[in-house]
Amino acid sequence: MNGDTVEVAAPEHWTLLEVLRYKMGLTGSKQGCDKGDCGACTVLMDGVPTLACLSLAATAENQAITTIEGLLPAHRADGGEGADPVQDAFDRCGALQCGFCQPGMILSAKALLAKNPDPSREEIKQSLAGNLCRCTGYTQIYEAVVLAAKGEQV
Amino acid sequence: MAARDQHGTEAPWGKGFRVVGKENRKVDGLAKATGEAIYTDDIQLPGMLHAKMLRSPHAHARVLSVDTSKAEALEGVVGVLVGAELPIRYGVIPWTPDENALATDKVRFIGDEVAAVAAVDEDTASEALDLIEVEYEILDAILDPQVALVTPEPPIHEGRKRRDNISKHVDLEFGDVDAQLAEADIVLEEDYSFHSTTHAPIEPHCAVAQPNSDGRITLWSSTQITHYVHRALARVLELDPARIRVIQPCLGGGFGGKSDPFSLEFVVAQLALKTGRPVKMLWAREEVFYAHRGRHPMQMHYRTTAQKNGTITSVDAKLLIDGGAYSSFGLVTTYYSGQLLTGPYDFPNYRFDSTRVFTNKPPNGPKRGHGSVQPRFAFEVQLDEIAHKLDIDPIEIRRRNFIGSDTKTINGQRISSNGFMQCLDEVEDASDWKARRGKLPHGRGLGVAGSMYISGTNYPVYPNKMPQAGVQLKIDRSGLVTVFTGGNDIGQGSNSMVAYLVAEELGILPSHIKVVAADTDLCPVDLGAYSSRVTFMVGNAAIDGARKLRKHIVEAVAKHWEVEGRDVRLMDGTVIDLSEAARSMTHVEAFHLAEEMFDTLGSTGAYNTPELGGDYRGGTIGASPAYSFTAHAAEVDVDTETGRITVLNIWAAHDCGRALNPIIVRGQIEGSTYMGAAEVVMENHDLNRFGLHAGPSLLDYRIPTSLDAPNLEARIVESIDPEGPYGAKEAGEGPLHSTIPAIANAVFDAVGIRLRHLPFTPAKVLKALRELEEQN
Repeated sequence: MNGDTVEVAAPEHWTLLEVLRYKMGLTGSKQGCDKGDCGACTVLMDGVPTLACLSLAATAENQAITTIEGLLPAHRADGGEGADPVQDAFDRCGALQCGFCQPGMILSAKALLAKNPDPSREEIKQSLAGNLCRCTGYTQIYEAVVLAAKGEQV
Repeated sequence: MAARDQHGTEAPWGKGFRVVGKENRKVDGLAKATGEAIYTDDIQLPGMLHAKMLRSPHAHARVLSVDTSKAEALEGVVGVLVGAELPIRYGVIPWTPDENALATDKVRFIGDEVAAVAAVDEDTASEALDLIEVEYEILDAILDPQVALVTPEPPIHEGRKRRDNISKHVDLEFGDVDAQLAEADIVLEEDYSFHSTTHAPIEPHCAVAQPNSDGRITLWSSTQITHYVHRALARVLELDPARIRVIQPCLGGGFGGKSDPFSLEFVVAQLALKTGRPVKMLWAREEVFYAHRGRHPMQMHYRTTAQKNGTITSVDAKLLIDGGAYSSFGLVTTYYSGQLLTGPYDFPNYRFDSTRVFTNKPPNGPKRGHGSVQPRFAFEVQLDEIAHKLDIDPIEIRRRNFIGSDTKTINGQRISSNGFMQCLDEVEDASDWKARRGKLPHGRGLGVAGSMYISGTNYPVYPNKMPQAGVQLKIDRSGLVTVFTGGNDIGQGSNSMVAYLVAEELGILPSHIKVVAADTDLCPVDLGAYSSRVTFMVGNAAIDGARKLRKHIVEAVAKHWEVEGRDVRLMDGTVIDLSEAARSMTHVEAFHLAEEMFDTLGSTGAYNTPELGGDYRGGTIGASPAYSFTAHAAEVDVDTETGRITVLNIWAAHDCGRALNPIIVRGQIEGSTYMGAAEVVMENHDLNRFGLHAGPSLLDYRIPTSLDAPNLEARIVESIDPEGPYGAKEAGEGPLHSTIPAIANAVFDAVGIRLRHLPFTPAKVLKALRELEEQN
């Protein structure tokens, strides 16, 4: 979990989202619909964007889970300063209005940039299509992903 | 208007703005990006119970009995609540309190709240709901507003003065509308309709209540209107409001959908008092669709007369508004449906007759562009039809009817700044209108529309002469300035806006401002985030408070340096002596000097609107201290085989006065525009013939993904407003309005069909295409 090995006991029908939010206090992953429609609960499971609300917690066993809380510490552990570049770019571009969808959105963007460091607008749209945002109309989110890809930081 | 309410439009220290107008970060952006920001559902308290709501399966029924004994006996259930325990009615508009937290006598729509259970966890609470036995006497349900209009039986609300199903009726005439018929070169009369759409914020409603050991109660709620929730709680719980604290944590989107007091707020509070434990209720996505308060469906009839040159001579409107089961903001909606149409074009004669009826459906309320998006759609399409018939370019006809700035509308609204003409110029330019409109291949088209909206109004929902917005400032010896504001940041960035204005006024960096907002124990009252009032009103209050502090700081430094006050300038956290350039100090040192001279530093700021509006009943509803203006151009592709409309591009130009942060303004324009576009071709808050929601999920209620959203280009127009904070006006709702008719008008340009009934489904497109073919 965000680089740590942790053991958690939870009822067998609990989802990963329930374990994150209720057992571990990792409330950065949001519950917007609890049925896989909105993407606000997106986490990375071995680097792959995954809906925590549709994943039984047990499926996370022996997997590397990254939640939104894990990005800043990982960035610092890599010797980075300030915020994680994707998080920073989302802030600079105005991509965060209410911010509720953004933990999931940012993790989807992280996964995209990990495999495609210079994505086109179309590729960005495709990769973020599982994350609903009701505030922005998406344009400033695309700009944030492009800015993060350029790796410019203030 | 008091002097404190007007602060000028210029930079406070001369030589241009240092913070305002710059692309500053938001005060809470990184907290949201890193998961640090706490939303209501993120609050976990020791021993907290989880509550669930039992909802009506019937659209209209009398509740004969509610037996909760089996639920209470279930292990893990700690508290159960029924309507009789919260009998006092409430409603956001004090004249129409017709809601109960839980049904006391009747249920009025499928999803209406009946009982609640608090248990050790959500699963147990859900299980207990199944054990509650409710006996209903089913009544006829009224789902069609036309039926509601003419059918007094059964009354959805009993015990009102009116013994029918009419929620509100407004009939106003300005000038002489009928007299224009004979003189007019053209008369156009058509029916239009707007369907039901909802806000769908990604955060569902949530509330947490904690009983405090000192006899007080704290409520955290995902609300846009902390102050009204505070008042409503005191009323319904019969508690001294001084014993209630309401806090709005970080809010995951509202768009008007969280601006009523909601049943869950009363229920968790009462359950917390009853059980002595903290209680949380998080609504499932399905329940958010029942809570609704979305855009009112309207059936609209418009008759416009004009001269050959396109000049409008009269507009006559008759509107039927589907209110759903409760009043909500309905009184205001009914007025807004007529009052907000009288710009940006001059209506020499105008009449509207609006009737809001009750139906057995989830209640309608204020959705972004409250009450005025629907009439705007109808009128802008009608204006386009007139332009076509008179062979006038659609942008040109809008220019010809421009009402101007520093003028009054026919219904008595004061228009001050008005950048609408530039908005038209911008979208004409951005869309390459002259070269492309009417010249694109069949199936492709361009359309235009315009609109205006309020920056708050001078009508607080309960009559009082106290300020509409207040702030309090406190200075720390570290140099940090804390601003306390009752304003609700719902993602639109109002806390950031407050920080920018105070930083500008004090000449310090925004990073030295901390904003504490929407906590009734700590913050002075603001009326809430609705009617696009926050930038204008809280912004002016923030400048007012900061200017008072600035006076003290300047005076203290001037005395210390033995110079005139005008020689002291604060800039970016440094104080400079203009009389002797070499001398400076930090703002922290200046704060210390001021504290020595004036004691502990703090100030308050406030704002109230001037006297506004027409001198007639309802004349102040919709009377705003400043109006924003918008123009949209849209480009669509219509597939004539499938009937599918694809919105390709939308260019939006919005006059928001001075843009306090252009990134945030752009976000509001783009967000509004995308939301409007979705209402045309994707979204439908549809009910079946029993009043059951057709698809209460984010899969079935289709809000656009990144693949569905059109390309957006926002252009900011800055007609500096004389009374706005440094000249600013609203940007959060205005830029939705004209998106919708611009798309409708683009469809006409693309394939020659006039679609007057939303949403524009493929079936409607194909039918219209067939009719057109038959005509030809």
